[in-house]
Amino acid sequence: MVGGGGVGGGGGLLENANPLIYQRSGERPVTAGEEDEQVPDSIDAREIFDLIRSINDPEHPLTLEELNVVEQVRVQVSDPESTVAVAFTPTIPHCSMATLIGLSIKVKLLRSLPQRFKMDVHITPGTHASEHAGKGGLVVRTTVLERVEQKQEREHKFT
Amino acid sequence: EGGWPELKSSRPTWALSTLFSLRSSLENPEPRTRARGIQLLSQVLLHCHTLLLEKEVVHLILFYENRLKDHHLVIPSVLQGLKALSLCVALPSGLAVSVLKAIFQEVHVQSLPQVDRHTVYNIITNFMRTREEELKSLGADFTFGFIQVMDGEKDPRNLLVAFRIVHDLISRDYSLGPFVEELFEVTSCYFPIDFTPPPNDPHGIQREDLILSLRTVLASTPRFAEFLLPLLIEKVDSEVLSAKLDSLQTLNACCAVYGQKELKDFLPSLWASIRREVFQTASERVEAEGLAALHSLTACLSRSVLRADAEDLLDSFLSNILQDCRHHLCEPDMKLVWPSAKLLQAAAGASARACDYITSNVLPLLLEQFHKHSQSSQRRTILEMLLGFLKLQQKWSYEDKDQRPLNGFKDQLCSLVFMALTDPSTQLQLVGIRTLTVLGAQPDLLSSEDLELAVGHLYRLSFLEEDSQSCRVAALEASGTLAALYPVAFSSHLVPKLAEELRVGESNLTKGDEPTQCSRHLCCLQALSAVSTHPSIVKETLPLLLQHLWQVNRGNMVAQSSDVIAVCQSLKQMAEKCQQDPESCWYFHQTAIPCLLALAVQASMPEKEPSVLKKVLLEDEVLAAMVSVIGTATTHLSPELAAQSVTHIVPLFLDGNVSFLPENSFPSRFQPFQDDASGQRRLIALLMAFVCSLPRNVEIPQLNQLMRELLELSCCHSCPFSSTAAAKCFAGLLNKHPAGQQLDEFLQLAVDKVEAGLGSGPCRSQAFTLLLWVTKALVLRYHPLSSCLTARLMDLLNDPELGPAAADGFSLLMSDCTDVLTRAGHAEVRIMFRQRFFTDNVPALVQGFHAAPQDVKPNYLKGLSHVLNRLPKPVLLPELPTLLSLLLEALSCPDCVVQLSTLSCLQPLLLEAPQVMSLHVDNLVTKFLNLSSSPSMAVRIAALQCMHALTRLPTPVLLPYKPQVIRALAKPLDDKKRLVRKEAVSARGEW
Repeated sequence: MVGGGGVGGGGGLLENANPLIYQRSGERPVTAGEEDEQVPDSIDAREIFDLIRSINDPEHPLTLEELNVVEQVRVQVSDPESTVAVAFTPTIPHCSMATLIGLSIKVKLLRSLPQRFKMDVHITPGTHASEHAGKGGLVVRTTVLERVEQKQEREHKFT
Repeated sequence: EGGWPELKSSRPTWALSTLFSLRSSLENPEPRTRARGIQLLSQVLLHCHTLLLEKEVVHLILFYENRLKDHHLVIPSVLQGLKALSLCVALPSGLAVSVLKAIFQEVHVQSLPQVDRHTVYNIITNFMRTREEELKSLGADFTFGFIQVMDGEKDPRNLLVAFRIVHDLISRDYSLGPFVEELFEVTSCYFPIDFTPPPNDPHGIQREDLILSLRTVLASTPRFAEFLLPLLIEKVDSEVLSAKLDSLQTLNACCAVYGQKELKDFLPSLWASIRREVFQTASERVEAEGLAALHSLTACLSRSVLRADAEDLLDSFLSNILQDCRHHLCEPDMKLVWPSAKLLQAAAGASARACDYITSNVLPLLLEQFHKHSQSSQRRTILEMLLGFLKLQQKWSYEDKDQRPLNGFKDQLCSLVFMALTDPSTQLQLVGIRTLTVLGAQPDLLSSEDLELAVGHLYRLSFLEEDSQSCRVAALEASGTLAALYPVAFSSHLVPKLAEELRVGESNLTKGDEPTQCSRHLCCLQALSAVSTHPSIVKETLPLLLQHLWQVNRGNMVAQSSDVIAVCQSLKQMAEKCQQDPESCWYFHQTAIPCLLALAVQASMPEKEPSVLKKVLLEDEVLAAMVSVIGTATTHLSPELAAQSVTHIVPLFLDGNVSFLPENSFPSRFQPFQDDASGQRRLIALLMAFVCSLPRNVEIPQLNQLMRELLELSCCHSCPFSSTAAAKCFAGLLNKHPAGQQLDEFLQLAVDKVEAGLGSGPCRSQAFTLLLWVTKALVLRYHPLSSCLTARLMDLLNDPELGPAAADGFSLLMSDCTDVLTRAGHAEVRIMFRQRFFTDNVPALVQGFHAAPQDVKPNYLKGLSHVLNRLPKPVLLPELPTLLSLLLEALSCPDCVVQLSTLSCLQPLLLEAPQVMSLHVDNLVTKFLNLSSSPSMAVRIAALQCMHALTRLPTPVLLPYKPQVIRALAKPLDDKKRLVRKEAVSARGEW
């Protein structure tokens, strides 16, 4: 049984149980130009942002957009040069999920962008305690595998 | 001895002689033989139990009870016999108890096979149905006996029966004695239900059946409360999602029978668990169930009748909730603000008392917080919460005006809403508008000063610029809602302002167009129609709009068709708002229709120097806009009033009788059906709008003449607009005409006309249009001739000239029109006409396709895809296997329209019938991928949506294609159109 006060017993599982939340931007309105067969639409920052904003945070039923982890202004894209750079901001400076978030963004972009694009996903400078460790973590697979194993263990315990 | 009855009579009854004739086998030392003997006897009894006499029953029961002591191999057959006897009407009283006692004593039920356990439950059920009083005389022994019978049961079929029995024990008030907890234990041990039906289960028992059945038992009595509530709390606190859901739902069900007494000790724990689930859950369903449970708990606490000296738990419960939630409400940026508000609202929605308590505590807090925070986004969150609490007020009505909890906050609320309405943030304005509407809906809350201010704000918001359209639309809607409640405020403060605005607009139109003025003018027109929700307001706004049309007509302004269309759209919206009120409806009809007709007639007069506007009034789009006004203003008329109107309008068109029109001094006669008057002829569309919207039983004068004139005009080739209007009008009247000789005559005339026109010459396309509309009119009402006409239409698919038009005609046949042949316009539209058309005609279409020469095959495919496209998917699914090959062929057809409609037909089928589609996966993947590089954007999008839908097919079917598809879908990721890329991303992500 959970005692009174604070955010309840399960709170121990979460690093940040009551985070600041931000408003979702709506669906991008369809413009006349987009419906015109002839006009080419270039890939812009909003399009990239739309790809990643609905990714769910690993520990909340909230999206990266609602937690302000990703913002449209932190997306740099150049369609002619085929480059994308996304900077993301972990909710709290010592967030242990930073690696996982970065990986989620990267995978989503890899799946959703033309192959010609070079992509760079990094933590917004000065927002994370282990910025460089986080950046290095993006390529280390074991981190993710361990996480999956832990999750499975948890599931086993309760079924 | 051994239960054998003594044979007193020399002539035993049939049942007893059967028994004695089996004696040798029944007394056989070999248990198997005995079992077979009893089985035979039991089978006989099962068939003939209705024929048994009381005396026989007594003997048989004694015999069978005795057999219960026999070898275990014999027991199943004995139980069968007892089941037969339990159905006997002739069973004397006392024997039911004796049978049950014997079973409880002699049989260890749970060591029997499933079928035999089921038989025992059946015997008990039978007795409970017919011998309730007798069983109750057993007292708690019966309950205890049953507990022992069902203890350990695991079969879902048996459990459903057993749960039913327990529920009956409780609800029919059998004595439970000291065995309440045992009865609870023997059922609650299944909670939460953990059961997965085996594959191909013939019994079809689902997990959900067991859950509901068990829930009915557990939630059936407050006597279980002390045992059940701790169990529920434990399961809510577990990590298993389904257990949480089931527990919360069960708690919800319990609240219907519990009172304060049962809940008292568990309230703090229940609240802690619910709060945690709502605060922290990742599942919206758990959140929703948590809120529902809190709602029921609060309702339950509010409902209980208390003794004068007892403590009211509701207050302390609510104060707990408030204490845990209120500080989160002060952090409008944080995640827990909404869960807290939802919890409070769930509790407040439970009863008037709870609502008072929470509102009176939360409102001051939120009002204060609104002023404390200065950012628009924070204020918006606070106002949205406030709105939620205000809405709850509407659930309760207060007899005494002074008791209403909102009264004390009225002024603060109003000033806060007006602040929101003037905030630069559109989002905040929107919430402000919604809050204003809710405040307005509270009876007698707003003062006339408040209303005047509110109206002023709404007026300003109704003219907002392009980029805050959502706000403007919301303001218009709010004006409509509030105007219906406060007509005086709106007609004294808003209508005059709009009238002034309209006059300014008119003078600006004269000067020439400026885009901002133009959009302001449009806003004004929309505001006028939006506010016309009360009869008294319509009486002011309708003349304004009509006056405006006359002004435009007077000629000194450069009117464009878009201006007139905008006025017509406003008129139409106004007509829609008038439909529900018969008085307004008649007022609108009587005022607007003569005026519109007069304007149109005036414009159609031949003139030496035709003015610009007059041509404008005769344009296709303008006439179409007037058609929709006239139609809307006519459909809801009562038959008597409609009959009154029809005696003016039909003679206007047939005889040129203009006497009922305002300002009716026209330079020449109005003769729309005469050959030389091509401008006047176009007004047939207005006649169509009126006569085709009349209720079915309104008699139309001079019908015969009218129909002949229409038919004549429909095949006249000088003006396609008027000939089509005439054909539609003819079809609309045909559809409503009662069956009989006159209808047959009209039909014969039409068929002759069509055939003459289709033969050759300049009128082929007009004759085709007539055929199409007449066919539609008949298809809709299931007229027998419709099949002939459809067949004729199918012939035309082969026609080199009319083939493509005929193919598109199928789309018209299957779709809903907006102006004629509508249900709203009282046309006879049978509900299943599409299905019927499909069954009647698709085989012929398919056959025609196979027989047709190559160059017209696309016509058939197009026709077919139009039919399939409009068909409800459940009807289509069973037909799929036969049509699929044709559809796949249609995918290769070069025509974009066919491709598109085929894709949109296949997409839902992929979602709903993945098994059938699996067989064609190879073909589908190839064709979809090919189409994803089609030159048409719409086809590319549809093809990618189908690729997405393909992922619904079973995984083993898809796996071989996965690498190929993912590679192929990389290409549309780089499509030049963003909308295509979006579909490609979602399809590829899914693969």
